[in-house]
Amino acid sequence: MKPRFVLRAENPWWRGPLLALLAAVVTFVVTAALIRWSGGNPIAAFRYMFVNPLQSKFGLTESILSATPLVFTGAAVALAFRVGYWNIGAEGQLLAGTIGATWFGLHAEGLSPVIAVPGILLAGATCGAAWALVPALLRARLGIDEVVTTLLLNPVALLVITGLLNGSWRNSETGFPDSDVIAESAMMPVVWPDTRVHLGLVVGIVVTLGCWWFIGRMTGGLRLRAVGLAPGAARIAGLQVERTLLTTALVSGGIAGMGGASEIAGVAHQLTIGISSGFGYTGVIVATLAALSFIGSLVVALMLGIINVGSFSASRALSIPSTMGEVVQSVLLIAVVAALVIQKYRIVWKRGSA
Amino acid sequence: MSSSTPSVLLREIRKAYGVTVALDGVTLELRPGEIHALLGENGAGKTTLMKTLFGLTQPDSGRIEVDGNATVIKSPRDARAAGIGMVTQHFSLVKTMTVAENLALSEAGLLRVDLAKARRTAEDAAARYGLEVPADTVVAELSVALQQRVEILKALAAGCKYLILDEPTAVLGPQDVDSLLGVIERLRDRESMSIVLICHKMKEVERVADRVSVLRRGALVASTVAKGMTTKELVTLMVGGDGAEPVARATAAVRESAAVVLAVRGVSVERALGGLDDVSFEVREGEILGIAGVSGNGQSELVYVLSGTLRADSGNLEVAGSVVTNATPSELLAAGVGMLGEDRHASAVHHLAVVENLVLDQLESVTRLGHLDRGAMAQRCETAIKEFEIKATPDQHLGTLSGGNMQKVLLARLFGRSPRVAIVSQPTRGLDVVSTRYVRSLIAGARDKGTAVVLVSEDLDEVLELADRVAVMYRGRIAGILHAHEVTRGRLGEMMAGVSV
Repeated sequence: MKPRFVLRAENPWWRGPLLALLAAVVTFVVTAALIRWSGGNPIAAFRYMFVNPLQSKFGLTESILSATPLVFTGAAVALAFRVGYWNIGAEGQLLAGTIGATWFGLHAEGLSPVIAVPGILLAGATCGAAWALVPALLRARLGIDEVVTTLLLNPVALLVITGLLNGSWRNSETGFPDSDVIAESAMMPVVWPDTRVHLGLVVGIVVTLGCWWFIGRMTGGLRLRAVGLAPGAARIAGLQVERTLLTTALVSGGIAGMGGASEIAGVAHQLTIGISSGFGYTGVIVATLAALSFIGSLVVALMLGIINVGSFSASRALSIPSTMGEVVQSVLLIAVVAALVIQKYRIVWKRGSA
Repeated sequence: MSSSTPSVLLREIRKAYGVTVALDGVTLELRPGEIHALLGENGAGKTTLMKTLFGLTQPDSGRIEVDGNATVIKSPRDARAAGIGMVTQHFSLVKTMTVAENLALSEAGLLRVDLAKARRTAEDAAARYGLEVPADTVVAELSVALQQRVEILKALAAGCKYLILDEPTAVLGPQDVDSLLGVIERLRDRESMSIVLICHKMKEVERVADRVSVLRRGALVASTVAKGMTTKELVTLMVGGDGAEPVARATAAVRESAAVVLAVRGVSVERALGGLDDVSFEVREGEILGIAGVSGNGQSELVYVLSGTLRADSGNLEVAGSVVTNATPSELLAAGVGMLGEDRHASAVHHLAVVENLVLDQLESVTRLGHLDRGAMAQRCETAIKEFEIKATPDQHLGTLSGGNMQKVLLARLFGRSPRVAIVSQPTRGLDVVSTRYVRSLIAGARDKGTAVVLVSEDLDEVLELADRVAVMYRGRIAGILHAHEVTRGRLGEMMAGVSV
């Protein structure tokens, strides 16, 4: 018996939600077993992970704060994937964005916030796009696989940060390897009083909605989708495949870089080696879980933010590993990817055919 | 078993994909120790028939007899058990392994990989059939010709008595073709193997084939002794009828006065295999120039050059007087050249809606302030669906349409922008009768409205039905151009076979 995947001709409305439910159930069952194995009570752990963060204002706003960079990287990855550019480099592009933002922030003394806040976002976006430039050129001009090049540039970005923080950007007061605090005028204002939720979230949502609008409503969006779905056919229809790839890759890098700026200007206010806890990589998970839908990626980003915050409290309360949150994310990713395949294809079992 | 029992008999094989009949009750016999050439245009059903024999597809009806016994072949494994091997155009070798490892792998049991035996097999085959392969070289380092030999060796190692070769010479240079044909002959003579040779090259068929069968549109139209047949006779067999009488057709008035819209001057593409050699022709307003030829004589390459996807090394392309040599597809579109590629699936974005595919090459015209004018798109789509009798809804993904309807969408897109020049390649390949007739009427209609049409087709009937003039391609050259009233099947056959005119 061998499975064969056959494209489904039609998809009734109930199949998507049903498969989503199935993926969730599979995730719960598998992670429950792992939590049990590490000595915790799965039901209690799930309550800590998914319910508790939503029951207090602090939990909710910390979840939102934790989701903010994922909103940027999720949109960046979804946009690139839509054009068929497999950008695994959002991490490096985000880190490059933090460098640009820090540079701007350190030099923004005396500027009005009206200039400094957009300025720091722009600085981040520019550096993110610049970090995306070389792999994008290599792909568009020479056809060199971007998965490898974008991925391998991620640790390079971190090395650049390490170099800067041990060199010219070393903290002038403490001498520790983290930068000075940026100018106050370049810091993101808080948008939810008495919490840490800052303007970056609003910018991230606006950027994501912009992508959604562009893809669905604008001519450039249709071009982008056509190139992503069938580059050969797009070329025959006279579309400029390489240019579309290049532009989209740069915009994707820019969005990820802006996410870096949002972290610097909104939360950390200085550059540190641990500035990103894998936001770029998680962005790939966000985009994939959302099936490359932009509205969906907002929801998924918030969900992962909740799991993030929740898994820490679960780990503290039940003394299970704090990485259990990441385990949940990973299992969910596998379950959802499998569900997406099943949504698209019928599996036919056939005897012994090749 | 008497000696007249065919080794393999395919009886009344029928296979349909939807409404398209790929094989319409084909009966074919393969006798012991013969090389049996299978001819026919692409899409005639040759490969489908052989896939049926090798268990890669299941026929809707019909049966297979091997050595006189009814045999059910549901998979390549069954086929091999019955002694049938196939070398397809896509090799199935593990490229990072050596030749010997590949051979051993193909007959490995669960636990044992017998490399020594594999080497012996290779040495043996080299000595007996001249099928020499370097046993300890990694496959990835071998030329295509040598990889093909490994595939043949695999079939021999599996003990095959019947060997199917699907266009084996298409990927080979002249010397490799020579040695391959030599190997095939030795396999026949020394092992009395029966070999099916799917082939487009008449010279090769003339050289090695004992018998020849011709498929046309899913039906067997001829099956006869090939020994002693000339290339010309083979082509005549393939194109059907050797009538010297002109093909009766109401030709449009010869429009010598009409303006030349497309001029191709001395276009060459230098390539070891399948290039173009000094191709020149002109097409006038309101004229269909048919391009005929046996598959693989440069027709595809010509279409690629005309559509901007293959660079010409020399020569010129002019559209309405302006030079567009090696222009990009979008520049050619802007110059008024429309395209229907030979592979409709490669021209269609399957996961976009019909309405979106219809405007993909003219997005500027439905754009307002950077936004898609959905209203205008819907209107245009509705008109096209009505005018071109497309059976689909605007929002349906193009990939879910039948071949005929997909082709109509692409033709609606092409003719919707009233191109000055339309390049139409294999427009009815794989379509059912009704769609075929409709698509041909569309092409004739565009011609009548003044479009200059280049019709590339392996279906000679199609060319004869539509073309005002017929150019024949042979080995990358234009062998000659005939006016419709001068055309006879016999003359076309001669030109397609490379007999000089």
